Amino acid sequence: MRFALDRWRLGAGLAEGEGVDAAPTALIAETAHGPRIAAANAAGIEAGARAGMMLADARTLCPQLAVAPSDPAGDLAFLETLAAWAMRWGPWSALDPPDGLLVDVSGAAHLFGGEEALLADAAASFARRGLAVRCALAPTAGAAWALAHHGPADAILRSGDDPVRRLAGLPVAALRLDEDVLTLLRRLGLKRLGDLDGLARDSLARRFRNRRSASANPLMRMDQILGRVPEPLLPVLVTHAPLVQRRLMEPIRHRQLLERVVADLAADMERVLEGEGLGARRLELGLWKVDGELVVRRVEMAAPTREAAHLARLFARRLEDVDAGFGIEMVRLRSPWCEPLMLAQGDLEQRAAGDLGDGFAGGEGIADRGTSLAACIDRLVVRLGAASVRRPVPRESHLPERAQRWQGPLEPERTSQGFFDFQFRPLKILDSPEEISVIYETPDGLPRRFRWRGETHDVLRSEGPERIAPEWWRERGMVRLRDYYRIEDALGRRYWIYRSGVIGDGRGGIPAWFLQGLFG
Amino acid sequence: MSRTAALSAISAAALREGERHDLLLAELGARDAQGWRPGLGAGAQGGEVAHGEIFARADEGAGAALALALALDRQRAAVPDPLADTPDERRWLWVQDREALRRSGRPYRPGLPEHLRHRLVHVAARDAADALFALEEGLRCRDLAFVIGEITGNPRALDMTASRRLGLAAERHGVPFWLVRLDARRDLSSARMRWEAKSAASPPPRWNPQAPGSPAWQAELFRARRYPPGQWTLREQAGRLMAAKYGAEKAGPEAETAMDHGPEPVSAPLTSDAQPRRAG
Repeated sequence: MRFALDRWRLGAGLAEGEGVDAAPTALIAETAHGPRIAAANAAGIEAGARAGMMLADARTLCPQLAVAPSDPAGDLAFLETLAAWAMRWGPWSALDPPDGLLVDVSGAAHLFGGEEALLADAAASFARRGLAVRCALAPTAGAAWALAHHGPADAILRSGDDPVRRLAGLPVAALRLDEDVLTLLRRLGLKRLGDLDGLARDSLARRFRNRRSASANPLMRMDQILGRVPEPLLPVLVTHAPLVQRRLMEPIRHRQLLERVVADLAADMERVLEGEGLGARRLELGLWKVDGELVVRRVEMAAPTREAAHLARLFARRLEDVDAGFGIEMVRLRSPWCEPLMLAQGDLEQRAAGDLGDGFAGGEGIADRGTSLAACIDRLVVRLGAASVRRPVPRESHLPERAQRWQGPLEPERTSQGFFDFQFRPLKILDSPEEISVIYETPDGLPRRFRWRGETHDVLRSEGPERIAPEWWRERGMVRLRDYYRIEDALGRRYWIYRSGVIGDGRGGIPAWFLQGLFG
Repeated sequence: MSRTAALSAISAAALREGERHDLLLAELGARDAQGWRPGLGAGAQGGEVAHGEIFARADEGAGAALALALALDRQRAAVPDPLADTPDERRWLWVQDREALRRSGRPYRPGLPEHLRHRLVHVAARDAADALFALEEGLRCRDLAFVIGEITGNPRALDMTASRRLGLAAERHGVPFWLVRLDARRDLSSARMRWEAKSAASPPPRWNPQAPGSPAWQAELFRARRYPPGQWTLREQAGRLMAAKYGAEKAGPEAETAMDHGPEPVSAPLTSDAQPRRAG
């Protein structure tokens, strides 16, 4: 409930207890029975307003209660951006509506100087954004939730601790159960988690055996907290992605400094990847801005690489349109897709020449000797897009325009039967065949003269037809067969033209002529 | 006065020196140019990097085909490494801007020369600026065999500076480069050789004289660093680039114009010709 109020206060631009917030205020939701209080501020709570009350009842307790509309959809959207932002503490986060966040910090705590420091950093960051939070750290999501909601402030449950003993003092509400189940448990006299643990499991299981959902079954919740059954919001397989980051003393706003940081990160990443014998295929650069936004830039490499200068150069182009706003306070480089890349001997000659600088300066030294093919393709793809840099590969089809397919330049080519030597194919084909008007001697005969792009071509020599039938297993029945002719006109220009259909094939009127290819 | 005289004496000496130098150059150039024909692997022997421009019309395949023929010819003429027993399998780059792609089509793998088919990397650039960027990146790449560009018209981005940049990049990294200018005016450029190419009537194939034969082009070299300009009829035959002085090709195309060079040609013709292949 604090969350909605915090957001309302931020929207009004107030600090806590200041201005309008000093007076009793409630956020209300419209219901079928009239306005109902969704949340109340500190003064409001003191005056007697409680979440869930009808506004009319609250007004009887506190006539001067001010109201503002609540905005659950906006709260949820804000929580979503907050979840993305909270990934600064770990590579993975999830929503816990209405006001919670779960962040997986496994393997990331050392980047912040330990778990305590991580929690302190989180608390400080949220406080800076004007949001009141309670944080907790535990091996399971359930335990972390319980500690954050009902435990002491900044509680940490280490993997070596005994969770049963540490959590025994928490109220049963810490189990994330439905309201009616909680009431039932209270009636049964079970107030603390420790009470549940003391009972025979069988009797509880019997009591709740027809409760399938986890939120209605205290046993299931208990198992989740203790990590005995997996909770689906945790990633099933822990994938380890090399990750380096820099938290900046001073938020940076200038491109040059940002490039410097990215170059440093690329160098860090190079060391990390080198240690594991990996090369990166995809890299994600996350930029956490002071105003709570997260900008992500991704690049993909044509071949695994860990060359810092090359990586930094690829990102340099992608940083052009980053709006730093009030500044960037944290930069993280992550490599979610890696492939094995063995160590290679460095260039001794170049090292001796001493021009293997760091960061961007190193790029110049390498440029002197020319880039490698993979690096060249990476640079082309970053600027022009992957769809623009491709290579043709054969495809099993006898239709000329389907006989080649385009794929990435470094992807392996699949085996195929190859082309026939007796089929003469043009050097280039048009993306779509262009219709030409043709004069021919007899309706089925060779073309004599045709008009294409406003110019008349006299056909001097020709060879054909080569008949290519439509692919009946793929196309609809009305597609006509084609008769291809290789022709040379009076000026020596060589073209590949075809007539679509033959007269009387029952698939349309007079056959049309098309020009599809250009010979050398 | 004496000072002026001294100065003029110095400049006269410098001029004489310069003149002698020029004369020497001219002499060398003349010796080089003597008997020069395209298709003799020019440049490859002298260690000079090819940077050529080919002006052609967009509605015929002559430009790209001639660029490919020159590239192939150059590869063939290059002295092979006696120890290497693997063929050259480096990729080559073909960059087209959008207009070139629309007007003259995109490369068709079955029609490409057999040894180049599987090595093509094609770049479809949005405009001339992107195409120039791609060309320069390609020329800086040490793993490319050669680079071909196709740019339509006279875009603002392709000025003398851009042309010089490309030429320098090609020279520095030793990547041969041909730029095909489709439907373009002859403007300023730093290319070492500038050609104007159009299709020419092909020699009739032996078995079906009614069919189009192996490709032929009428090529005019209108500007070159070291060679006199001239007009030739170029043909691709049995994997070799044949040249005949323009107008002389009437007298028996296969007779005296065949310029043999290099070792045994290993490649197939540029585009498949209509002649049946002979065994052996």
